Amino acid sequence: MSDYVKMWEDLGMDLETHDALCQVLPTAFGDVYLSQENRPEGMGFWDFVVSEIHGIRPSELIEAQKNGQKVFGTFCVYVPDEVVIAANGIVTGLCGGSQFWVPGGEKVLPKNTCPLIKASVGARLDRTCPFFRIADIYVGENTCDGKKKAYEILAEDVPMHVMDVPQMKRPEDIERWAHEIEIFAGVVEEQTGNKVTVEKLNEAIKIINNKRKALKRVYDARKADKLPISGKDALLMMQIAFFDDPVRCAEMCNKLADELEQRIADGVSVFPEGTKRILLTGTPLAIPNWKLHHIIETSGAAVVCEEMCTGTRYFENLVDEEQTTLEGQYKALAERYMKNNCACFTPNEGRIDDIIRLAKEYKVDGVIDVNLKFCSIYDTEGFFVERALKEAGIPVLGIETDYTDSDAEQLKTRVEAFIEMLG
Amino acid sequence: MYYIGIDIGSTGAKTAVLDEAGRIIDTFAQPTGWSSVDTAEAIRKTLVEKGFSPEEGKVVSTGYGRVAVPFSDKTVTEITCHAKGATRIFDDSDICVIDIGGQDTKIILVEDGFVKDFVMNDKCSAGTGRFLEVMANTLAMRPDELCTLAKSGGNTSISSLCTVFAESEVISLIGRGEKKENIAFGVVDSIVKKVAIQAKRIYRPGVRAVLTGGLCECDYICEALSKELKTEVTTLPEARFAGAIGAALLAM
Ligand code: SF4
Ligand code: SF4
Repeated sequence: MSDYVKMWEDLGMDLETHDALCQVLPTAFGDVYLSQENRPEGMGFWDFVVSEIHGIRPSELIEAQKNGQKVFGTFCVYVPDEVVIAANGIVTGLCGGSQFWVPGGEKVLPKNTCPLIKASVGARLDRTCPFFRIADIYVGENTCDGKKKAYEILAEDVPMHVMDVPQMKRPEDIERWAHEIEIFAGVVEEQTGNKVTVEKLNEAIKIINNKRKALKRVYDARKADKLPISGKDALLMMQIAFFDDPVRCAEMCNKLADELEQRIADGVSVFPEGTKRILLTGTPLAIPNWKLHHIIETSGAAVVCEEMCTGTRYFENLVDEEQTTLEGQYKALAERYMKNNCACFTPNEGRIDDIIRLAKEYKVDGVIDVNLKFCSIYDTEGFFVERALKEAGIPVLGIETDYTDSDAEQLKTRVEAFIEMLG
Repeated sequence: MYYIGIDIGSTGAKTAVLDEAGRIIDTFAQPTGWSSVDTAEAIRKTLVEKGFSPEEGKVVSTGYGRVAVPFSDKTVTEITCHAKGATRIFDDSDICVIDIGGQDTKIILVEDGFVKDFVMNDKCSAGTGRFLEVMANTLAMRPDELCTLAKSGGNTSISSLCTVFAESEVISLIGRGEKKENIAFGVVDSIVKKVAIQAKRIYRPGVRAVLTGGLCECDYICEALSKELKTEVTTLPEARFAGAIGAALLAM
C-alpha cells in the first residue's frame, strides 16, 4: 500500500494493529485471486482497488469531506442510497468480512453473535478500518436482532440513524417504509445541509439504476455455458460496489461486461468444459470473505451466481424513474426496496421463488445454502430453501460457517463430496 | 494388476487391496499418528512388504489425510468412498450409510448406488468416535469395553453436547458413585441420540440402514441406533473398511 500513514493517523486509527491487517491482506488476495488464470483484463481495476483498499477510496472520501460533502456508512441493502446522493452525500458500505475484526467485537457482544456483526463492531471500536472512521454518520436498520442491539452499542461511539424496516410486506408495510424513507430524507437534509428535490432525487434514482443495470450485465454474462469470469472475480466486483462511487462503478462494470460479452462471442472460458455450476444462497459475503468461493472453485466447480445481498439482491429490480413528486418517488423507492427478499421478513416465500428462478436462469447443477454461524433467521429459513430445492430436483448442500479458517478442511470435504455427488 | 484404497481418518488409517476381478484380497488398519505424511509412508511400507507395491497398482486415497498420500493416483472424498464401499459390502444399492468416524459422523443416502444426499456433523465432536474415546479414557476403559458395558446399564443421561463439558459431567457422575455401566450407558446414549437426530434429516423410512466405520464392531451401538431410528441398523465386520474398499473400487 502506498503511504497513507498520515491519513490513517489523522483518522485516529490504531496504526500498530492496522499494520498487522495490511500485512496479511495482500498475501490472502494473492493466494485467492492472483493465482487464477486467464482473468478478464477488466478485473485490473478491482485488483488495484484492493491493493489500495484502505488508501485510495478513503482518501477520495476525505477529499470530498473537505469540500463539504457528508459520508453515510450503511450496513444493509434496504437503506436507499438514492436519498443520500440526492442531497449530494456519499454512501459507503461498512460490513466487516474478516476474522481480524471479530475479537474486537467480542469484547462487547455475546459470543453467539454472527461474525458479520462482530467484525463490524470490532472494526469501529478497535479503530482499524478507515471507512468506519471516515463516515460522518452511520445508518442502521431494524432487521435482525443482533444488528438492532449492536447499533445501540455503536451509537455510543458514532452518530447513528436507525431506519425501521417492516418485517412483513403487506401494502401498509410498504407505505410505512415509504414514510421511513421520507424521515430518512429529513435526516440526510439536516446532515448535508442540502435539500432533496424531485429533480435531484430523480437524478440519483437514475444513477443507482444505472449501477444496477451494469452489475446485472456482468451477472448475465455468467449465465453463458462457457463462463467468461470466475465466481471469485464477480464477487470481488460486487463487494467493492458497496464502497465505490456509483457512477465510476457502473462505468467499470460496463467495461467489464463488454469484455465478458466479447469472450462469450469468442467462446473464451475460465473453466474447463463440464465444470459444475453452483448457485450460492444465504447471508452476505462482506469483503474480504472469499472463503467459500475459493473452496468451491479449487474443488472443480464454479460459482455462477449469488442469491445474496452481495449478489442479486443488490441489483435486481429498478426504481421507477417516472415519478414527478417526492411523495411518488418515496413510494417508488419503497416498492423497489421491499422487493428485496431478506430472511428478516415473514413470510419470505419470495426468496424461495428467487432461488428456484435463479437456479434455472444460471443453469446450475447444484445450490449451496451458506449461512453465517449464529444467524438464526437464515439458518431457520434454510429449512424451506432446502425443501423447495429438493422438491424441484435441484441438489442442495447446507453449510454453516464463520470467518475463521478452522473449518476449512471440513468444508472442503463437504464441498468436494457435493461436487462428486453432482456426477 | 491390483487396486488399492487408502482411507486416512483422524484416528485410524485403513487400507484395502482388490484384485483384477474386484475381490477383496487384503485389508489392514494402522493408527494415524501426528502426521498423515508419516502414516502414508508406513502404509506404503506395509503394502510393499505384503507384495502390493503401490507403483504397480492403482491407488485412490480418501479421508481427511487424503491429500497427504504422495503415491495415490487420485483423491476422492470419504462420502463418495463410504457410499461405494458400503453398497459393495452390503450388496445393496439403496441404503442409508451411517458412519461414526473419529472426528466426523456422516449420514449418506445412497440411491441406485450413487450418493443422493448426505449430512456431516459440524465442527464439534459430540456424536463422534472422538467423544467415545475421551469418555472411555475418563472411565479408564477401552472404547469397545465401554460399548459392551453400556448394554447392561441404564437410567443415566449426559446432557452436555460439548465433549469438554460432558467429560466433567462424567467425572461428577463418577464422584457421585454412579455405577460404571450406567455412565457407559449415558455416554453411548448421548452419541446415539446425536447421530439419530442427524440421520433423521435425510433418512427415509423403508430404506435399509447400515453402520460403517470404527464403531461397527460394537453390537450395542447398532442395537441402540436401531431403537432410536425405529428401523434395524445392521453392520458387518468389513464395514470398518468401507471407506478403503470404496476407494479401491473407485481405483478400478
Ligand atoms: S441479509 Fe438482510 S439484514 Fe443483512 S444486509 Fe441483507 S437485507 Fe440487510
Ligand atoms: S447474517 Fe444474519 S445475524 Fe448476521 S447481520 Fe445478517 S441477518 Fe443479522
